[in-house]
Amino acid sequence: MEPVLTRNIAKNKATTYIEAYEANGGYNALRKALKMAPSDIVKLVSDAKLRGRGGAGFPTGVKWSAMLPIEQSGLPRYLVCNFDEMEPGTFKDRFLVEGDPHQLIEGILIASYACQINVCYIFVRDEYRRAQDILRRAIAEASDRGYLGDNILGSEWGLDLHLHISAGRYMCGEETGLLNALEGKPANPRSKPPYPQTSGLWGRPTVVQNVETLSCLPHIVERGAEWFISLGKAKDSGTKIYGVSGKVKKPGCWELPMGTTMREIVEEHAGGMRDGYEFRAALPGGASTQFLDESMADLPLDFETLKEYGMFLGTGNAIILDDKTCPVAMSRNLQTFYARESCGWCTPCREGLPWLEQIIDSLERGEGKPDDVELLMDMAGYIGPNTYCAFALGAVQPLVSAINLFREDFERHIKLGKCPYQNLS
Amino acid sequence: MLTEQEILEIEQELKHFPTRRSGCIEALKVVQSHRGWISDESILDIAHLLGMTPAELDQVATFYNLIFRQPVGKHVILVCDSVCCWLTGQETILDYLKKKLGIEPGQTTSDGLFTLLPTVCLGHCDQAPVMMLDGEVIGNLTKQKIDEVLDKLQTYDGTSVDS
Repeated sequence: MEPVLTRNIAKNKATTYIEAYEANGGYNALRKALKMAPSDIVKLVSDAKLRGRGGAGFPTGVKWSAMLPIEQSGLPRYLVCNFDEMEPGTFKDRFLVEGDPHQLIEGILIASYACQINVCYIFVRDEYRRAQDILRRAIAEASDRGYLGDNILGSEWGLDLHLHISAGRYMCGEETGLLNALEGKPANPRSKPPYPQTSGLWGRPTVVQNVETLSCLPHIVERGAEWFISLGKAKDSGTKIYGVSGKVKKPGCWELPMGTTMREIVEEHAGGMRDGYEFRAALPGGASTQFLDESMADLPLDFETLKEYGMFLGTGNAIILDDKTCPVAMSRNLQTFYARESCGWCTPCREGLPWLEQIIDSLERGEGKPDDVELLMDMAGYIGPNTYCAFALGAVQPLVSAINLFREDFERHIKLGKCPYQNLS
Repeated sequence: MLTEQEILEIEQELKHFPTRRSGCIEALKVVQSHRGWISDESILDIAHLLGMTPAELDQVATFYNLIFRQPVGKHVILVCDSVCCWLTGQETILDYLKKKLGIEPGQTTSDGLFTLLPTVCLGHCDQAPVMMLDGEVIGNLTKQKIDEVLDKLQTYDGTSVDS
């Protein structure tokens, strides 16, 4: 496959700065976009069937079309680039920004022009220090060349671009929690509606997009919707930065056609499992997705295909469960994460998740009771759908799917009164 | 009392926001970068500067993982305990650090040099297990690598580690 988002990302992961980016055709897409009507760019992105790469797969064109018209709202209007990337197992956005920061800035410019936005914040997690330094330099370079500020490339339109460095909390990645965090509040979710496109940051029309989604835009503008659709192997368009971590030979991330299978990703790109370990299952797109096992390893991994199975692609960065790791212990680790990171806004999430964690912990220690598995399933059903945001749903999904796939393992812990995987891995 | 330098840096950050309180996370980070942590007195001073109540600011300060409301050591070690690191040996790494430093997660060594904190996924899962030492990510951790990193620290600034 011809590299698209990774065309400027060298094997040694050195950063492509302004000279090399421009020499390779960089910012030509912006020039082209500025000659188009903003509404034509919205239509182009809708036609390209671009879907949000942050995890939910929401159609970008639909999101943009819901922006309150500028005639009604006036300025300011905001774009927030979500570069919080705290989903366990996910590092694709860091890979993109560290390798090719101007691709993101050009994508931000195109999205902002299309939605008639005049201020953008890139919301970066604190721990991404290298990416922050790279972005600071790239923003200064873009400003020097007239790509940022007032009257960009001689047009009537301008954009201010700021970095916000977060202070660390998983909830900041949630769209409305992120808006509260930017306003200097705890990252609690907001009730929707109103949606951010009508009333977002400081009550103004706002679009929130993931790094990978924005990075697709220069290519769509330059090469068209049909071309972008043709990149996908199955039901969704474009390419995807898939990643793998866990006990594989070569953990990492790679740009592959959207719709690549788990088998191909693990065996061909991640070099297969480490010696002595076998693939048992994977969380395909970060911690908040459902386990898929060997029987689903040949399924095209895209938003639409997985949806038909009641599953989510998430971030497309997979976490592999091997045959020597206890699925109950892995579930306990995940539930500890969720119980700790719950923002506490909604009672089912704040109170329910620590309870789930305690039950799984007792199961793993061999102190489970016969009804515990049913109790976990019941509680997951009550917690998941009864909260403001998707955090709680994401928290119970890996657990419910683990019980569905590995129920025998859960029950063996109760029967044996200990973990049958002790000293295996 | 905030120093002139701190106020200058905070005011610089506030320029990017339409309201003063929006920059409170930036303000907390500015003060923390100078003092290592956020004391009750700092909460009062920053709240006053931004026109917030101390309770509003403390709600923010205590919500975020990387704002420290207690003193921390000269060096802060954040050890990822999320799933990818856990799958690749994080428990062994954390046990080794606890033993080497003689403290539990959340504690600071008695000489005030090291604070050990568990943290959520650091986004470097391809290099798991991972920790962050004073803002620098260190991946593919082994006991030997921990020894090397902490020993190098000792050479640079005379920090000593009880092992």
